[in-house]
Amino acid sequence: MLDCGMHMGYNDDRRFPDFSYITQNGRLTDFLDCVIISHFHLDHCGALPYMSEMVGYDGPIYMTHPTKAICPILLEDFRKITVDKKGETNFFTSQMIKDCMKKVIPLNLHQTVQVDDELEIKAYYAGHVLGAAMVHIKVGSESVVYTGDYNMTPDRHLGAAWIDKCRPDILISESTYATTIRDSKRCRERDFLKKVHESIERGGKVLIPVFALGRAQELCILLETFWERMNLKAPIYFSTGLTEKANHYYKLFITWTNQKIRKTFVQRNMFEFKHIKAFDRSYADNPGPMVVFATPGMLHAGQSLQIFKKWAGNEKNMVIMPGYCVQGTIGHKILNGQRKLEMEGRATLDVKLQVEYMSFSAHADAKGIMQLIRMAEPRNMLLVHGEAVKMEFLKGKIEQEFSIDCYMPANGETTTVTTNPSVPVDISLNLLKREMALGGPLPDPKKPRTMHGTLIMKENSLKLVSSEQALKELGLNEHQLRFTCHVQLQDPHSDADTLHRIYTHLKSVLKGYTIQHLPDGTVIVESIVIKVSSSAEDSNTKVLLLSWSYQDEDLGSFLSSLLKKGLPSGIC
Amino acid sequence: MKLYCLSGHPTLPCNVLKFKSTTIMLDCGLDTTSVLNFLPLPLVHSPRLSKLPGWVSKDGTINLEKELKECAGRVFVDAQPEFCLPERELLDLSTIDVILISNYHCMMALPYITEHTGFTGTVYATEPTLQIGRLLMEELVNFMERVPKAQSATSWKNKEIQRMLPGPLKDAVDVWMWKRCYSMQEVNSALSKVQLVGYSQKVELFGAVQVSPLSSGYSLGSSNWIIQSHHEKVSYVSGSSLLTTHPQPMDQSSLKNSDVLILTGLTQMPTANPDGMLGEFCSNLAMTIRAGGNVLVPCYSSGVIYDLLECLYQFIESANLGTTPFYFISPIANSSLEFSQIFAEWLCHNKQTKVYLPEPPFPHAELIQTNKLKHYPSIHGDFSSEFRQPCVVFTGHPSLRFGDVVHFMELWGKSSLNTIIFTEPDFSYLDALAPYQPLAMKCVYCPIDTRLNFHQVSKLLKEVQPLHVVCPEQYTQPPLTQSHRSDLMLELQPPPMPYRRCSVLNLPFRRRYERIYILPELANSLVPSEIKPGVSVATVSALLHSKDNKHTLQSVPKPPPMPPSKKRKRVIEEPPVALAPKPMLSGAVALEAFLATLQKHGITEVKVEETADGHILHLQAEDTLIQLEEDGTHIVCDSEPLRTTLRDLVLRFLQKL
Repeated sequence: MLDCGMHMGYNDDRRFPDFSYITQNGRLTDFLDCVIISHFHLDHCGALPYMSEMVGYDGPIYMTHPTKAICPILLEDFRKITVDKKGETNFFTSQMIKDCMKKVIPLNLHQTVQVDDELEIKAYYAGHVLGAAMVHIKVGSESVVYTGDYNMTPDRHLGAAWIDKCRPDILISESTYATTIRDSKRCRERDFLKKVHESIERGGKVLIPVFALGRAQELCILLETFWERMNLKAPIYFSTGLTEKANHYYKLFITWTNQKIRKTFVQRNMFEFKHIKAFDRSYADNPGPMVVFATPGMLHAGQSLQIFKKWAGNEKNMVIMPGYCVQGTIGHKILNGQRKLEMEGRATLDVKLQVEYMSFSAHADAKGIMQLIRMAEPRNMLLVHGEAVKMEFLKGKIEQEFSIDCYMPANGETTTVTTNPSVPVDISLNLLKREMALGGPLPDPKKPRTMHGTLIMKENSLKLVSSEQALKELGLNEHQLRFTCHVQLQDPHSDADTLHRIYTHLKSVLKGYTIQHLPDGTVIVESIVIKVSSSAEDSNTKVLLLSWSYQDEDLGSFLSSLLKKGLPSGIC
Repeated sequence: MKLYCLSGHPTLPCNVLKFKSTTIMLDCGLDTTSVLNFLPLPLVHSPRLSKLPGWVSKDGTINLEKELKECAGRVFVDAQPEFCLPERELLDLSTIDVILISNYHCMMALPYITEHTGFTGTVYATEPTLQIGRLLMEELVNFMERVPKAQSATSWKNKEIQRMLPGPLKDAVDVWMWKRCYSMQEVNSALSKVQLVGYSQKVELFGAVQVSPLSSGYSLGSSNWIIQSHHEKVSYVSGSSLLTTHPQPMDQSSLKNSDVLILTGLTQMPTANPDGMLGEFCSNLAMTIRAGGNVLVPCYSSGVIYDLLECLYQFIESANLGTTPFYFISPIANSSLEFSQIFAEWLCHNKQTKVYLPEPPFPHAELIQTNKLKHYPSIHGDFSSEFRQPCVVFTGHPSLRFGDVVHFMELWGKSSLNTIIFTEPDFSYLDALAPYQPLAMKCVYCPIDTRLNFHQVSKLLKEVQPLHVVCPEQYTQPPLTQSHRSDLMLELQPPPMPYRRCSVLNLPFRRRYERIYILPELANSLVPSEIKPGVSVATVSALLHSKDNKHTLQSVPKPPPMPPSKKRKRVIEEPPVALAPKPMLSGAVALEAFLATLQKHGITEVKVEETADGHILHLQAEDTLIQLEEDGTHIVCDSEPLRTTLRDLVLRFLQKL
């Protein structure tokens, strides 16, 4: 199972995946070899405790160390909002989150983990958020890469995704920004700072809904350096107690950040902010300009939504959405220009503040997706985590540029991809070395050499050996099949001369064969023996005796029919 | 397969393995015990050291007073200390493809191997190994360059003169190969060749061999290595530990089924129990402080010091040492303490759990925060103004020949209130102290070596069962000083293959199979036939492709059809192109069944004659003979169509291979 997320846009059963696709009744343990979580965002791990503790799964769950550290905190937050604030029942409990996390096996980058005898997985850096990983899943010579969410351009705190040329049979890629090609990061950063600055200048309040970990830290680093440079005084706040803690995770997992931060962390830790302070609920009503980072990022619940409601009525204020918003969330609605929002209890909210969208969320754009395909060289492509219309466009582009099949299954749809794996076999070193020595140091494309051997299939082993060795290994005796045939020939010469004439004739016809004329009165072509004797009745009629083994059948048969036609007159 | 042994030091190994056309160097440890023959490098001018008398041979014929100084009956070289390098003449270092590093202590000779030797390969190491290794090299260079000594001493190395010198200088080996420390530029260049790997990561070398590091439990990022192909497996075990200290536990099970296991880096203190030593360390420390004395702990700046600090963290309060200052002085003290906190992936489970909270994994963060532990880059600067006594000082280098420790030896050596506690096992403490004699300060020797002891290693080997074990010769006999302790050596069946410096071992290995891939098209065309129950064979004729040491078999392409125009006339003249040779045959032709088959094909007049080995069938109407024997069939027939028919009938009875 690749990720186990929840849908932010729903508040009913639809928010969790429909596990009845796996089994109608009972636990999932028997149906899954393992679960792999790519990163800590709830749309990738939000349903994990529900799946493992309420539906039932006891097998291994793999995730990276930072994900393992941060994921339970976000799950607990999510649970609190849902159960404690909205009063929902039939939801997973704190204990369930703990029990679920006990099943987690941490995954290191590039470590090859053997899940069972056949299945092996390997994680690659994905750059999307702290600890985000792509996974390469391999059985025998067939493999799949699942990207999770990834980012192909390094940002202020994380590096870029990377994978080696692993040539998977299928590359399953997210396609959030399937049609977007974003301008350079620098321009976006400048725009962002300009908008924040303008709003502050005219005394407005700026709300930036973010998830506690991820973009938040990048934007904090950005604002921190800007405030320092411009010597600005307006306060910057970061909501929820998570800030301090979140930053601490970044300090302890500094090896997961980008090169620059990693190199300088001993001298200056980029995650110690001077200008950014903890937010208190009461500050929202303070007069004067301020910038507030508040969670969650899609304005679907919690503090960011509360502050939004407070500030929405004033056109001086501004909300900057730095990331993608799922359909159904308020974030999605206001980004689509909706100015009147229906709230709970039939109230409506007029949105007067400025709504800005800045694509800061660290997903690969169309260019990035293509870049990853070029890196991994998959044989098939499968798009997920995106909108159908945009995917369709990208699918066309991929099929055109790379000439590979691209799939985009809808929910509930099954895609079958045919693979064509080669068969691993153990070849006897003697046979291989003999063959390679014969082939010469460099391959000759014009004269391909054919190798012959016997494949022995015993239990689960496949061994390729020379025929002789195969006989020996299987304890079989060799059976020699030989043929002898007589050919009559009119040739008025002595026996010895006839033989010589035959020798000369064969020499001219058979190029590239070993032909020997032996002193004991035989001609040998490869292993075919030819002898001559005069007929008893007529000394001009010679009787040729040809003898060959089954292994030389083709040549023997050819020679007998060739000699039956007699010798051409022109030879001496 | 061959093993070239370039170092004789069992815990600082340097071996080269030639395996399947790859040349792999396993570790490049730097033997620093040679520095014990040199005078200490004081940070501040030391009148005592500068007044030491020069050495002149008893009969006065050899005068080396400029190079050699005498101190308390021992002779020391007065020059910049030199190290004993791995052997560089045994094989051409430029032919080395890769270097595998097992832990940061075993990579200190890297610049000598990768620089100025024509080396063009790659070095593989884990991230903590690289980062901490870099720090330790930086520290070493810094120690040396801080106190430059222009004078180099070479006269004493002359064989004739060396013979006349008192021991241990007289017995020092390969002194001409000793080298001064490298420069920072060489360190940077050497380390730029390092490629990072994670535990259990599989790295392909030229498609021929796969190497993979495994956790060895000894230090942050320390690893053992598996070097394997599809059919052969070599394990390289170096510096491993089964004790629960800070690193991730040792991965033992992956060492199973090795053909050869190369065993190095066992404990240097087989009789000292690390836990007991730790207890002694604490009690001696507390005793000295209570008596108003200072404690000096000469140590490396990474490794056991983390455990010492953790132990003290728990001990300080109970021992009433809350107000005693602890100092850690090293150019890399800060970096070492900071780096230790960011390698969560490489730590033991307990420490990982702390990071999830999120809290720093090592408690020295708290010691620093509460000002109990202070760190300084050197004795100069802030330290000199903030220094309070009595105190505890951790500083290097454990050889006592260079680094800030030299200063404290001069400062505290004369008072019996003070104590020096040796914790590092790499140097004999008596030799280390020799140039400081006579000494009033107390000396306590509690070497802490967490590496495998002989008991643990024999248990391990019993479990993983390698076919052959290769180890330094030191492990095949009891230590010189304890020759009766037959438990302090490796006893195995078959006995381990010992090596010493400059040995070249032929490893007992017979490669018989190699992995090859049959492409799907060819695989689909194969026709297996069952020969015995459960055993099938198929003849394979295919094109062999070998690229990057990977072999594949693909179908023989069909020859393009001849242009139709000329075809008619020439076809008969064309000798057969040897496409697939006929398979080998096996089995026997049963007489009765064969006769029945002949009959079915209209051949009825058969005269059967019995011979010594079988039968001769005379097909009278066709004037053809068929000789049937147990292991052969001979068809004498002049008519081509009949011959082919008979051939096919005979083939029905035989198995093709």
